[in-house]
Amino acid sequence: MRWHKLILVALKSIARNKMRSLLTMLGIIIGVASVITMVALGEGSQADIEGEVASLGTNLLMVRPGSVDSGGVSGGAGSRPSLTMDDVARLEKYATQLRWVSAEVRATGQVIAGSNNWSTTITGVAPSYLSIRNYEMERGSFFTARDSKTRAKVAVLGKTVADELFPDQDPVGARLRIRNVPFKVIGVMAEKGQSSMGNDQDDIIFAPDNTVLYRLSNGKTIHDISASAISSDAMESAKEELTTLLRSEHRLATAAEDDFIIRDQTEIVEIATRVTGTLTLLLSSIAGVSLLVGGIGIMNIMLVSVTERTREIGLRLAVGARPLDVLAQFLIEAAILSLLGGLIGIFSGLSAAWGVGKLLGVSAVVNPTVVLTTVLFTGAVGVFFGFYPARKAANLNPIDALRYE
Amino acid sequence: MSTAQISLSHICKVFSLGEVEVRALDDLSLEIGRGEFVAIMGSSGSGKSTMMNILGCLDTPTSGSYRFDGISVETLNRKQLADLRNTKIGFVFQGFNLLPRTTALENVELPLLYDRHRAVADPQARSIEALQRVGLGDRLDHEPNQLSGGQQQRVAIARALVTDPPIILADEPTGNLDSRTTLEVMALFQELNSEGLTLVVVTHEVEVAKYAKRLIELRDGMLLRDEINAQPRNAQADLVTLSGEMSDALA
Ligand SMILES: Nc1ncnc2c1ncn2[C@@H]1O[C@H](COP(=O)(O)OP(=O)(O)O)[C@@H](O)[C@H]1O
Ligand SMILES: [Mg+2]
Repeated sequence: MRWHKLILVALKSIARNKMRSLLTMLGIIIGVASVITMVALGEGSQADIEGEVASLGTNLLMVRPGSVDSGGVSGGAGSRPSLTMDDVARLEKYATQLRWVSAEVRATGQVIAGSNNWSTTITGVAPSYLSIRNYEMERGSFFTARDSKTRAKVAVLGKTVADELFPDQDPVGARLRIRNVPFKVIGVMAEKGQSSMGNDQDDIIFAPDNTVLYRLSNGKTIHDISASAISSDAMESAKEELTTLLRSEHRLATAAEDDFIIRDQTEIVEIATRVTGTLTLLLSSIAGVSLLVGGIGIMNIMLVSVTERTREIGLRLAVGARPLDVLAQFLIEAAILSLLGGLIGIFSGLSAAWGVGKLLGVSAVVNPTVVLTTVLFTGAVGVFFGFYPARKAANLNPIDALRYE
Repeated sequence: MSTAQISLSHICKVFSLGEVEVRALDDLSLEIGRGEFVAIMGSSGSGKSTMMNILGCLDTPTSGSYRFDGISVETLNRKQLADLRNTKIGFVFQGFNLLPRTTALENVELPLLYDRHRAVADPQARSIEALQRVGLGDRLDHEPNQLSGGQQQRVAIARALVTDPPIILADEPTGNLDSRTTLEVMALFQELNSEGLTLVVVTHEVEVAKYAKRLIELRDGMLLRDEINAQPRNAQADLVTLSGEMSDALA
């Protein structure tokens, strides 16, 4: 038997019953489309998260007040755990595994510049914050250690704030008032865009840590400490050092729990991965079931096709088709049916992934390996479920088949 | 061992329909040599089709032995039988058996699809040739429902011819044809026979049987008559006469 002829015969038979073929393929189409959508979105959001986490900073370690199991409400003396500038100072002085350390002090408030006003968050940080978080300046400059020491009233604006307060003016050098304290704008940050949680990362003002702490906040507690380990290999030792230094600064007894939490990027990535992984697994099993149902659909329609075409099979056998030729013919037909469904599924899946990704702001990643595996798998589904009907056709007796009404 | 192309000995074919047993062939022995032109006659139900199906290796006898070209057909497996049908036998079915919605050319090409030894270099050219031979060179792309009964039968004959088999078995090839088309088919058969092909043709019409060189009559699955036709009629000549009569009638 000539293979291209076999394929031609199969295509003809599929084309002859277009509607039926399409309905038969539906199960496969839905199964494959969901697999592709899921994988594309899963990998896309994974890549998004990784990219975002990487952009959080290099070898970033974040310290927050609170204890791990009591969720911020610590026992003991009943005092709320807190971080202070003393913690930052101690880290700066003694840490060997940290390259940079910065406090984060946040205050919210109304900002007024001329006739414009805007409500936003003012974050007090050290000059090294720029390096810790991989931030870029668009214009002007960031503040210096001296500004921090003198509690200078200088501000660096996020893009959104700059656009809102100074729509048609270069903000650098301009003056504004934050909660009635006059500030001078010395720089504008480069645009960061939305975070995966959907908040605007450019709706922010940076000012020196001490300025915010003493002029806009309570003068005592800070919210976070961001630090950069000296290398990615030093992450663990940096964590240990942070723990030791902060515990001694807080004078914690040996038995007492930490009153702070240290997070690094890998943990953040892991949490995100676990969530998307579970989701992908769940949806993939649904996809698997629909592929199975699709396969059974193919088997069903192939059985119908064999019965319908019994006389044709008889004729083919009569003019010299070997049983294996008939088997191959129906297997190829089933495989093509299923492959075609697979291809349609891949295209619908990719379009769906693209559409949903657009809608949710997640990128869709096309993984050629997944596409190829899916194609091979659907072909295998066709062959597997087509085998029984095909064998039934191949085992027909020519004269019985020819006489079949 | 005889040199006969076909040799049936003590063939029985029994169909059992529940309680009832039908002996379609009853201890039938028969030899057909190379280059013969045999007409098989007999009333309806006498076992003609049953015999042809066994000769064509489409069916197997209940008992007895069948030798084709000296080979015991009983010893062949399904694969070998398929190859035998493909290369050695051209079968013209009672009732055409063309694939619907498939062009005449594709129908004729069908046996060459299974020509695994690639004996035919260009299946399409060969199929066109076969269709031209039966006078349908201008109907290649017609589907069966666009062809008359006579034309469909000729497509079926072209399909039987296309693998160039040494023997053609035809089961009532003229059953549904008018007298002129019948003559055309018989003329074609006579021409093929003169080229050395063996022909076994079933017919219930005595007129048609007169073109064969040997007459066999069956009754109840048994041989009733087996005789040589010393002077077969010439279908080509009859065709010319018929055309003459036609034009006379019109004149
Ligand atoms: N598949 C079958 N099942 C049962 N009986 C059959 C079958 N084929 C043929 N017969 C019977 O065998 C006898 C011979 O049939 P057949 O060879 O078709 O006769 P013919 O072709 O001479 O008209 C008939 O009585 C018919 O009813
Ligand atoms: Mg018959």
